[in-house]
Amino acid sequence: MATYQNKSISEGIDWLIVGIYAILVSIGIMCIFMVEYKPDTDWLSSFFSGKTNYSKQLIFAGVCVVVATFILLSDSKLYTAFANLLYAFGILLMLATFVIGKNINGSKSWIPLGGGFNLQPAELCKIFTALALGKYLSQLDTDFTKLKSHAIATAIALSPALLSILQNETGLALVYASFFIVMYREGLPGTILVVGFSFGVLVVATLVMEPNLLAIILTLIAGAVIYFLRRSIKRDKGVLIVVLLLWVGCVGIQRFAVPYIFNNVLHCYQSQRIYSMVGKDYDCSLNKSAQKMSERDKVAKKPDDYNVRQSKIAIGSGGIMGRGFLKGTQTRGKYVPEQHTDFIFTSLGEAFGFTGCVIFLGIYALLLLRIVVIAERQRSTFSRVYAYSVASIIFLHIAINVCMTIGLFPIIGIPLPLISYGGSSLLTFTILIFIMVRLDADRQMVLR
Amino acid sequence: MSVYNQSRSRVIQIIFITILLVIIGQLLNLQVFSSKYKLQAESNALFRKVMYPDRGIIYDRQGRAILENTIMYDLVITPSEIKQTDTLALCSILGIDTSEFRKRVLTAIIKNSRYKSSVFEPLLTPELYARLNENMYKFPGFVLAERPVRNYPFNTAANVLGYLAEVDTGFLRKHREEGYEMGDYTGMTGLERQYEKVLMGTRGVKQYLRDNKGRIQGSFQGGQYDTMATAGKSLHLSLDVELQQLGEELMTNKVGTIVAIDPRTGGILCMISSPTYNPNYLTGPDRRKHFSSLYVDPRTPLVNRALGSTYSPGSTFKTVVGVIGLAEGVIDKNFTITCNGYFPGCGNGKPKCLDKGTFNLTSAIAHSDNSYFATVYKRLLDQGRYGNADSALKVFNKYAYSFGLGNRLGIDMPSERKGNIPLSSLYEKRYGSRWVSCNCISNAIGQGEVLTTITQLANVMATIANKGWYYTPHLVDSIEGGDKFDMLSPYRVKHQTENISPSYFEAVHNGMQGVMEYGTGAAAQVPGIVVCGKTGTVENYDHGVKQKDHAFFGAFAPRDNPRIAIAVMCENAGFGASSAAPIASLLIEKYLKDSITDPARKAEVDRVTKLNLIPAKMLRAMATQDSLKKVKEALRLLQEQEAVKDSAGTGESEPSEFEANPAPVKPDTAPPAKTTTPKKSSTPVKKAPRKQNTLKQEAVLPNNEERNNNRNYKRV
Repeated sequence: MATYQNKSISEGIDWLIVGIYAILVSIGIMCIFMVEYKPDTDWLSSFFSGKTNYSKQLIFAGVCVVVATFILLSDSKLYTAFANLLYAFGILLMLATFVIGKNINGSKSWIPLGGGFNLQPAELCKIFTALALGKYLSQLDTDFTKLKSHAIATAIALSPALLSILQNETGLALVYASFFIVMYREGLPGTILVVGFSFGVLVVATLVMEPNLLAIILTLIAGAVIYFLRRSIKRDKGVLIVVLLLWVGCVGIQRFAVPYIFNNVLHCYQSQRIYSMVGKDYDCSLNKSAQKMSERDKVAKKPDDYNVRQSKIAIGSGGIMGRGFLKGTQTRGKYVPEQHTDFIFTSLGEAFGFTGCVIFLGIYALLLLRIVVIAERQRSTFSRVYAYSVASIIFLHIAINVCMTIGLFPIIGIPLPLISYGGSSLLTFTILIFIMVRLDADRQMVLR
Repeated sequence: MSVYNQSRSRVIQIIFITILLVIIGQLLNLQVFSSKYKLQAESNALFRKVMYPDRGIIYDRQGRAILENTIMYDLVITPSEIKQTDTLALCSILGIDTSEFRKRVLTAIIKNSRYKSSVFEPLLTPELYARLNENMYKFPGFVLAERPVRNYPFNTAANVLGYLAEVDTGFLRKHREEGYEMGDYTGMTGLERQYEKVLMGTRGVKQYLRDNKGRIQGSFQGGQYDTMATAGKSLHLSLDVELQQLGEELMTNKVGTIVAIDPRTGGILCMISSPTYNPNYLTGPDRRKHFSSLYVDPRTPLVNRALGSTYSPGSTFKTVVGVIGLAEGVIDKNFTITCNGYFPGCGNGKPKCLDKGTFNLTSAIAHSDNSYFATVYKRLLDQGRYGNADSALKVFNKYAYSFGLGNRLGIDMPSERKGNIPLSSLYEKRYGSRWVSCNCISNAIGQGEVLTTITQLANVMATIANKGWYYTPHLVDSIEGGDKFDMLSPYRVKHQTENISPSYFEAVHNGMQGVMEYGTGAAAQVPGIVVCGKTGTVENYDHGVKQKDHAFFGAFAPRDNPRIAIAVMCENAGFGASSAAPIASLLIEKYLKDSITDPARKAEVDRVTKLNLIPAKMLRAMATQDSLKKVKEALRLLQEQEAVKDSAGTGESEPSEFEANPAPVKPDTAPPAKTTTPKKSSTPVKKAPRKQNTLKQEAVLPNNEERNNNRNYKRV
């Protein structure tokens, strides 16, 4: 019996993914250890005392091993069967936070579980959404060439995001954008990605450039397009109208929409962070929410770019080879805020330098590409969509987190997968990955 | 469907890789190509504590320390820990009010952050230190920190020893490699500056790690990059502190300078620049105040006149002209000249001579006959064998240079001037290429374009005393632990004059001995010692207005085996024989006999000391400054008065402090405002600084009490 079970667990499992997973978790614990290390304490005993963050993370890792084993022992059909139910449950939990939620660091997105543990439903919802999306896309009656199914898939992906925004967890909401990558793979027209990308470029350009200069440039581009398309315009006046509409749209976004969003939708500190990323100052007196705050006689919080600056200093001081394990002065001096969670990458960058960072990112790249390979070898759409979801979620986390620490992205509270301290995050990624490993083990089955 | 979209997996992989490459690109930029982050990290996290070594001590030729170190105390604050401090008690001890207290705390926080210590009150006076030390338990967050300070126990030789000051940005830029930092002290003038490398020692650096709040976390890398401090090396001078003190005393109320050299070694025995100041005024807590009052003094006490001012040497230069005349063979020892009142050679009746008669070289020197040396000089420049005056002047200059004139001697002091031995190009410019000896005949008697420093003049005396050689004058005899920086080797090289037979010097010696025995310097004989001297009286002009003559005296003694060569110069003091010569004779006696015991000579010391020869133009400038100061003071008092009146109707209380302590100012120049204002009293707190102001006026010269103390020290 035991031998049979053993065989069935290990059969078809992609050990490469499991290995990479183990390496990353170990690196994570090491990084947290570097951050917490104090030279005059006995680190060995504190490692097992369970009081420091690295020992806590070790315990979390132990829990994760148990959970992963359970997942591997489970039946793949379970996930297709419960996908929609879990999704509904997740949404419900998120709604519940508005009632029984606990406010941690300014976002009311946590449900207290007792014993000092808190659950963040938005984290779990990533898994559920991935499952639900897979379920929907793998249904036989779904034709993903239709606009209607695009809309439904988008709704599935973005409802938790919307709730996250309402919970003031912008970072987590952003991660749900990763499902667009999945949908693109499943047939979402590429133009949507292109349009999204162009929109991003336009927003950044708005931030960086003088408004009038940008308007002139846009007009020149429109003029050039009309000039080059003058033949087809002669044939079809519709093209001209499309170009003009695009032009009006772009200028409108640049002149009105972006300032409106910065002044009225985002909080003052968010606008400031985004502006500081492109090296500019944001005038908070333009901001609606800041005005409201000052009306209430409270001075709006005015964070400067301290975090990014210190984070860049720490990473930059690593140089090519790094300062060496436990020798990072910035890490030891606690210059980088939140270094064990969101800014964990800085300790790595300082200790092991450019070489270490490249190797580290290489491990991540291996993980991502391996997941894509796994996704492509699935027979069932469900597994493929799910695997792509896993890859995209992990990718977006890495991209946003690392870009944030090196000053390429505004600061958003988002953990580095499997590295950052935090049980919730580690557990989520463990479940995410091991469900995929489980599904992959049954890749010959057609799951619906 | 999925088959159709297969290629999109490539696109997604490319997206993944692209973003990761962008990240790596930025990492490359941050970690490999920009060094600023590394530097910022260093300044973030590393705290370099500089361990200051003791500066070297300076001893005089008898081994008495004339510049040493003492400890003074700073009151140091750590702003984050002062919550329990008894602010009022501290304020009353320091004599400040609470708003000033708050201001200083704020300054400390801005300068050095809340968690690090900064100086709250620097260089406490001993009384203040004692009072604070008793009460320190009331002031948590404050500590008394030691700070080594320079101390001049003899209150003398200010311009020779120099002073320390905080480095400024210009200095830091110039000395980038030498490890100075903001807030360091360095020698600014004198020996403190010249021997900075020797005296400063090597600093030690301890590196500490600190956290984001500036708290020390422990040593960096277990202290493996730390270095130890080693104390500065001491200097042994050739200077004789008693001679220096006597010289300064004799120069009281005179403007001028004295340099005495041991001709056998080139070691400087004393170097006086008058007026001088008490060097201790530039070390203590009131350094800044004293410095500014010294800085604006019209008598420029901060200038070392022995090196930093050049003068026409006057008749003392005749000795050189005479020697060169003999060496070139244009005269011999028996050559005579008859003067009928003026030098006839140039046809304009100049220069005049004071004593009419017939002179040979010896008597010409003794009586300082202008006509004789004008003849010699004219003959020198008109020598047929050199073709023209141009080349002849070059030959003359070569001799002059070999006496150490016209170029920097290379003494071991900063800011030495080079003087001037005029070149023919000057006269060509002025008189055309056909210029003749008569154009520059006044050089013959040390007027004209010839300029020397007094140190150069003393060196000329030493060279004549040695009959044709000298060692470059220098102050430092030896350096403790050896001359590691090779600073003393230039002073071990013997310089020979240009091919002059010693017998020619003999003739000049005869003349200079004559000066003392029957000539112009007869008033300055030293009993029992054969002194050779030469007076000088130099016409000078200030902005074209003729001033009283400068008095010069150059001498060496004894005639055989001379041990001291001296040059004295008193600005605008009239004849050289009346002021400069007696000073030189007293110093020679002091040095050669070790003390002045004869009552008549002691009386002479007092007489010379009491002579007041401050130049009239300086007296005028000082008077202007004083009255300006008084007007300003009166205005300030008036304003204070108004402020007091405005704030409250109180006032008629104790009598004014101003009347209780009459200020040391001349009453006749006091503006009328002053007599009315002090009637009303202002608060005592505000008066405290004013008292210090009146003290300050006496900063220029060491006062008598201190001088007496020094004499006591001598006897010990």
